[in-house]
Amino acid sequence: MNQDPDPHLPHRSARTGLAAPDVSNPGSAIDYERFLDCVHCGLCTAACPTYVELGNENDSPRGRIYLMRGVTDGRIDLTPGVRRHLELCLDCRACETACPSGVQYGKLIEPFRVAMETTEPNGRGKTHDWFHRWILFGLFTQPRRMRAALVPARLLQRLRIDRWIEATGLWRLLPQRIGRLLTLLPRLGPRTPDLPSFLPAVGRRRARVVLFKGCVGDVMFGSTNWATARVLQANGCDVLIPESQVCCGAIHYHAGHSEPARELADQNLAALKPADVDAIVVNIAGCGSMLKDYGHHWHDGRQADRTAFAAKVRDVSEFLDELGLVSPPGPIPHKVTYHDACHLAHAQRVREAPRRLLRRIPELVIEELRESDLCCGAAGTYNLTEPEMADRLARRKLQNILETGVRVVVTGNAGCLLQIARESRLQGHVLRVLHPMDLLDLSYRNECLTI
Amino acid sequence: MPQNLPTTLVPELLRIVGVEGVLAARADLMVYECDGFVIEKNSPDVVVFPTCTEQVARVVRCCRDAGVPFVPRGAGTSLAGGCLPVGGGVMIVLTRMKQILEINTRDRYAVVQPGVVNIWLTQALRGTGLHYAPDPSSQGACTIGGNVATNSGGPHTLKYGVTVNHVLGVECVLPDGEIVCLGGPVDESPGCDLVGAMVGSEGTLAIVTKIWVRLTKNPQGYRTMLGVFDSVDDATNAISAIIGHGIVPAALEMLDQGIIVALEAAFQFGFPLDASAVLLIEVDGLEVGLDAQQQQIVELCRQQGAREVRLARDAAERARLWKCRKQAFGAIGRLSPSYCTQDGVVPRTQLPHILRRITEIGNRHRIRIVNVFHAGDGNIHPILLFDERDPEQVQRVLQASNEILEDCLACGGSVTGEHGIGVEKIGFMRRMFTADSLDVMARFRSALNPDNQLSPGKMLPTAAGCGLEMKGSHRKAAV
Ligand code: SF4
Ligand code: SF4
Repeated sequence: MNQDPDPHLPHRSARTGLAAPDVSNPGSAIDYERFLDCVHCGLCTAACPTYVELGNENDSPRGRIYLMRGVTDGRIDLTPGVRRHLELCLDCRACETACPSGVQYGKLIEPFRVAMETTEPNGRGKTHDWFHRWILFGLFTQPRRMRAALVPARLLQRLRIDRWIEATGLWRLLPQRIGRLLTLLPRLGPRTPDLPSFLPAVGRRRARVVLFKGCVGDVMFGSTNWATARVLQANGCDVLIPESQVCCGAIHYHAGHSEPARELADQNLAALKPADVDAIVVNIAGCGSMLKDYGHHWHDGRQADRTAFAAKVRDVSEFLDELGLVSPPGPIPHKVTYHDACHLAHAQRVREAPRRLLRRIPELVIEELRESDLCCGAAGTYNLTEPEMADRLARRKLQNILETGVRVVVTGNAGCLLQIARESRLQGHVLRVLHPMDLLDLSYRNECLTI
Repeated sequence: MPQNLPTTLVPELLRIVGVEGVLAARADLMVYECDGFVIEKNSPDVVVFPTCTEQVARVVRCCRDAGVPFVPRGAGTSLAGGCLPVGGGVMIVLTRMKQILEINTRDRYAVVQPGVVNIWLTQALRGTGLHYAPDPSSQGACTIGGNVATNSGGPHTLKYGVTVNHVLGVECVLPDGEIVCLGGPVDESPGCDLVGAMVGSEGTLAIVTKIWVRLTKNPQGYRTMLGVFDSVDDATNAISAIIGHGIVPAALEMLDQGIIVALEAAFQFGFPLDASAVLLIEVDGLEVGLDAQQQQIVELCRQQGAREVRLARDAAERARLWKCRKQAFGAIGRLSPSYCTQDGVVPRTQLPHILRRITEIGNRHRIRIVNVFHAGDGNIHPILLFDERDPEQVQRVLQASNEILEDCLACGGSVTGEHGIGVEKIGFMRRMFTADSLDVMARFRSALNPDNQLSPGKMLPTAAGCGLEMKGSHRKAAV
């Protein structure tokens, strides 16, 4: 029968928290009760993108929970193989939506990965390499540096050299992650002017909000940030956009760097002053879910402040849906399809609000997308760090999109926008990928959508 | 590396399915040591992921030649240990055979590979006016191959029948590696019903690699109702009254207070938390008779003392109600760290009796038991709540489960409606069937699976002495 004696009993003390935390075991960072929420029913498996692709239960939520618990209990070692299964997780949280037992998977995998990073032999985790240090942490999270880095990219695009690089596959000759980064870049329009620090409500004032710009978003999606601000104004909101806000910290945190993320969180607490506004509005699902998680990521003296901050955070669709949308007047006679960004649908449970808002646009038709809530493979920086799985999921997503016959895809997250647009460009399809606020803004301004 | 395998086996398997298709590291095998039934565990020695029938056949031949036991697995959602590799050996996981090969709407059948998730087929049929009728509660995750193995039911079996009524044919690999086709797209085939024998054989006869399933026309309309009762007895009497009036609901489900509370926490549907029981009743068919049927059901519920009968307003509300019902087992995680779902059948008229017995047994063993079940066909699912970390509690749970199932048998029922025997219920087989019946089954199995290398220790009790039989006293408490 079972070869192991009974692996559970000797670890009883770790469960009750009586044993001293074991620094060499990443599982000691986790509240053991959370493992017990999982009743091993397997109902989550088919919702998990990596399992659906690979069919290996070690790459399913149930399997990953079992692995983490196995390591915590000392039944298995944190072998490179086990690490791989955990690294391959997209942190898309589709499993949380699917799990009827309410397992909070994110609260297992995130601290476990943070701890895994620090227990990496010789202290050099996967995220201690040049790419993470210089590109992800050093560039992505610093709008000013990023803007500078985009100057040559704009030039390449203006000269159409980028298309040539993509079409000829030359990007594959660059260091892999840099090559992918290049192909992810959207067509950069002329640089949008910075948002001012205040934009007043149009018409009767209904709310006062602060807009979180995001670091990547601010640079690559300047026009969407403007659209979001205008839509908020049109809905009677005073919009504050403090200059001193910083990156949400998700890139650091998800790569296992908890401390720098905490510093960013506290800078945002100071910059966004939650007490002065009705809501902190975010238009990037990934940032939104990170901001909403500020309250439980760190347990220190400021936790209560962070919890209060988190309570004010709203995705822009969620916020407008709660506020009651001012009817958008301009017709947009197009068929569109909606992709559920993981960090919106699963992490924040915002599914219907964006659809409801879009349905208010005259003459717009929404075609349902098969597997609309299966991750597109963007998953934060996953498409840079796990290219193979990211590509498989991107191809699957595009296939489903093409099946609808629709040429406009709407989604509420920057990563998804980039990922879907990249895949369609690489495969030579013409697809418009937009944020719901882009469409609402067009409607409020009575402008047409061009494809 | 497993010690008891011939050294040539793994290299041979690698040649067949490639390095991506074999798991042999201890850590990778661990998750395969159990399925949704967690009371007994045993790790396979190797896991393989074939991608086509030919590969399955080659893997099977390889195991046969090596004299190693092998067992198939789908999504691993069995609640009876159907996927437990009792004798260790090779586990053949079919999750990479997940294609819908054909949908023929004119002849109303589909051909699928065994790893297709039940709900994918229904999703793929959207817009055709057809659906695949068997809808087990785990349909969002379980595979059609697994449904065939266990002859799965679901809430709608009351009217539409179980899996065997919807399987037209199967292609399968016999334990000697031969590939055979039984039945096919046409409905009737002469001779002995071998397809019927294959469905529900829990992987003890062959490994199914392709399935022809019947597609059912979507009903024109539905009426879905929620009857709220202040006592369990009233609810069960209402069930008898409805069926007694000759109404065949598409589904008739009962949920008791314990489960209502968990579901409300999970889904915030708006269930009345103070009700002792609710009935979820659905009728479907031609629009034209539905309102009258609904009226009749509402009337009958009222007569039996229903506090109120709510109607699902629209398709979205109906979908939410069913989602709540189907995810009920999973929602138990909110009530306790571990649970054990029982699966017994009693004649419908015995429902009030068995429910009273369940309460009594629970009280006596100090085990909390909640109930959610297919009331229409008397298929009960008492769910016993416990904490797996307390071995003494686990013993009480096993004891209480046994008593409940004994009672089902005493009422003239059965110890499983749809989850299968697996390893969990194997001890009951001798009590459910006469020695002669078991002997016939064993001989039938031997005809196809003579060395018992395929799925040993499942479903049929083995003769003493082979060392594989599970005994209640050896059951371990662990998750
Ligand atoms: S995570 Fe939830 S759905 Fe998945 S096996 Fe555990 S309890 Fe079941
Ligand atoms: S977060 Fe996503 S990828 Fe990770 S286990 Fe859950 S469903 Fe799978």
